[in-house]
Amino acid sequence: MPPKAIGKGKQVAPKGKARGKVPGKDGDDMTDMGDGTDQDDWIHSKALVKPEDQLDLSEQQLKEEFTRILTANNPHAPQNIVRYSFKERQYKQISSVDQLAIHFALDGNMLHKDSDEAKRQMAKLGMPDAVQSEHAGSEGGEGAGAGAADGEDAKEEGKDEGRDDAATPAPAAASGGGKKLTNQFNYSERASQTYNNPYRERGTATEPPPRATFSGSVTQWEIFDAYNEDFEKQEKNKEKKVIPGRQAEEKTRKKLTITETQSDDVTRIQNAAQIVERMVNQNTYDDIAQDFKYWDDPSDEYRENEGTLLPLWRFTFEKAKKLAVTSLCWNPKYKDLYAVSFGSYDFMKQGNGMILFYSLKNPSFPEFIYETDSGLMCLDVHPEHPYLVVVGYYDGSVGVFNIECKEPVHRCTAKNGKHTDPVWQVRWQKDDLENNHNFYSISSDGRIVQWTIIKNELIYQDVIQLTLPEAPAEGPDGTKVSTVGCGTAFDFHKKNDYMFLVGTEEGKIHTCSKAYSSQFLDTNLAHNMAVYQVRWNPWHPDIYITCSADWTVKIWEVSNKTTVDTNSENVENVSSRKALFTFDLNNSVGDVAWAPYSSTVFAAVTADGKVFVYDLNVNKYEPLCEQMVAVKKKTKLTHIEFNPVYPIIIVGDDRGNVTSLKLSPNLKKMPKEKKGQPAMDPAQREQLEIAKLDKLLNMVREPTEGSKPPPATEKK
Amino acid sequence: MATEVEDTLKRIQAHKGVIGIIVVNADGIPIRTTLDNSTTVQYANLLTQLTQKARSVVRDIDPQNDLTFLRVRSKKHEIMVAPEKDYLLIAIQNPQET
Repeated sequence: MPPKAIGKGKQVAPKGKARGKVPGKDGDDMTDMGDGTDQDDWIHSKALVKPEDQLDLSEQQLKEEFTRILTANNPHAPQNIVRYSFKERQYKQISSVDQLAIHFALDGNMLHKDSDEAKRQMAKLGMPDAVQSEHAGSEGGEGAGAGAADGEDAKEEGKDEGRDDAATPAPAAASGGGKKLTNQFNYSERASQTYNNPYRERGTATEPPPRATFSGSVTQWEIFDAYNEDFEKQEKNKEKKVIPGRQAEEKTRKKLTITETQSDDVTRIQNAAQIVERMVNQNTYDDIAQDFKYWDDPSDEYRENEGTLLPLWRFTFEKAKKLAVTSLCWNPKYKDLYAVSFGSYDFMKQGNGMILFYSLKNPSFPEFIYETDSGLMCLDVHPEHPYLVVVGYYDGSVGVFNIECKEPVHRCTAKNGKHTDPVWQVRWQKDDLENNHNFYSISSDGRIVQWTIIKNELIYQDVIQLTLPEAPAEGPDGTKVSTVGCGTAFDFHKKNDYMFLVGTEEGKIHTCSKAYSSQFLDTNLAHNMAVYQVRWNPWHPDIYITCSADWTVKIWEVSNKTTVDTNSENVENVSSRKALFTFDLNNSVGDVAWAPYSSTVFAAVTADGKVFVYDLNVNKYEPLCEQMVAVKKKTKLTHIEFNPVYPIIIVGDDRGNVTSLKLSPNLKKMPKEKKGQPAMDPAQREQLEIAKLDKLLNMVREPTEGSKPPPATEKK
Repeated sequence: MATEVEDTLKRIQAHKGVIGIIVVNADGIPIRTTLDNSTTVQYANLLTQLTQKARSVVRDIDPQNDLTFLRVRSKKHEIMVAPEKDYLLIAIQNPQET
């Protein structure tokens, strides 16, 4: 502005007139004038210089007075602002227009000391004296005000001052208020740009973990097995706690079991092999198996008093072909298992013996095989312990076999009570008072011996000697040699265990008691030749049957004489009672057996290969069935046994064969149950059977004194 | 013991109508056979699966029950399977043979 001011001053002096003439024009002329007359200024010439574009006006025109009015109107403000009025729906001119013109505006930096920003700044900058701050603030305010008042002239200076002053009072005010509590959370953000590290990617490739697919199934039995295992573990833990001493045993056992499993693979499938063998056999002998189970000869309905025997399986064994079947015994526990003893009845041809256990489920091969050095004559399976088998040898000894061992568990020796002649029959007895097993044996040497197994030893005790009633024979020297009878068979009473029957080679039947060792209760001259078998009736307590080499089978009743005759003279008075029934079978009868299901049925085998089955209820004199069973001629049938459960019989012959036969319906007539009544219990059945037999017997018994002879007398 | 089992297996093999027997162990691998290799492998594989399924059926119905043996009778012959604890004994028989 200063150059303009100088310019004004200069031009006023020389150009007073010119100015007066043209006052309305702007100062634009002046500048032009100033530029053009620069050279002439120092001359101070008074010559009138006219600019070229100056208007030529007359003097009158030059003296014309123009009035100028100074108003407060803003010359730049528009005068015709129009606004749309929605009320009148047209543009209307605004009546008054704002005439304010701002020439200069300066924004100040002043803050009220009580404002937030001021307080913040004070807190930041510390806390100088509050009084000083006030002064500073007032001075700053004045300075600022002065700066503002200068207006255009002091614009820049004022600004600077104002800013500085504004800055100082602000922190001063802030510091002055520093004693007050500052708000910690009211923070100002301060950002700073850190160096951004460049990103680098880093990776490693690993081998994928090995994957395996796992699948499982859950079924009822898997859950059951899991629970069982858990239970067993718990049990083991309990046991371990209770009996810690047995751990050593368990360990040794475990070792044993481990070695066992690792060894022979083949041994493990023993059971499976047995099952498969039976299955294969069942397939081969399928028809026989079906017959065994289901066949009932329908033609029996048309044959009233006849029955037949259907041949089922035939059991043979290679090594036993030369031997004769000497005894048969069904296993008391397993109804399909039976034991056969092999030996030889021929005095001249004595060889080995054998025990075979056969099962009906496997007809082609025996279940158990035991070989002995001497022929076996008899065999018995213990009723309570089916694994114990007692056998009698031809050489007079007895042995006890345990099925698990090949060798006999016990074998008596010559010193130990061995018989001097073949043992014809052995029979287990009930355990004695000390729970020792014991059995009886009978032999041709005339002794009946009781053997007891005490602490793994056989101890014998002579029960009875079969003395002959005749006077002792005189030997060649004249010495008296006592002769004894030869026992061939015996049977113990079903109910009264102490009473038993003995059959001898002379044909006599002695009734004996375990209690009396010297005397017989009774003697019965039964047969003319040796008695081969004597059996009590399973139902009736007083009836027994005998068979003999004299071709007969006889049924007897125990006489009423139960007192022991101590008078030796009376020993000779052997009762020669008549048998209740006598049957002539046309050949030597090897064996006779009662049927377990009826008190009137029995079967017998003869040396000509025939089997006879009688039912006294149906026919008292003739057999219901007389059938040739042996395949080859000249085969003697040696033994017969009824199966306790199934309607079959097994027959042994002297060629080592055992044949099984099924009884036809006529042969197995059992008392019929009346409809609507509950099944018979054993006691009832027994009564029935006994009654049935008694009825028969009444017809054949000899009339007692005082009673009238029954009308139907016996026929022979 | 082992000889008895061997004897039994020989007897089965010699029995009338028996075509062959196979003993399979727990892994399904035949350890003893009287048939040719390919047939054996096939029988072993298929029958192991069938036996497992049959056993599963029996035990699912009553977990205390267990499979004793399995017989499959076809037109030509009969396959008999007796499962043991870890083993399987398979016998193939033609029952009609006289």
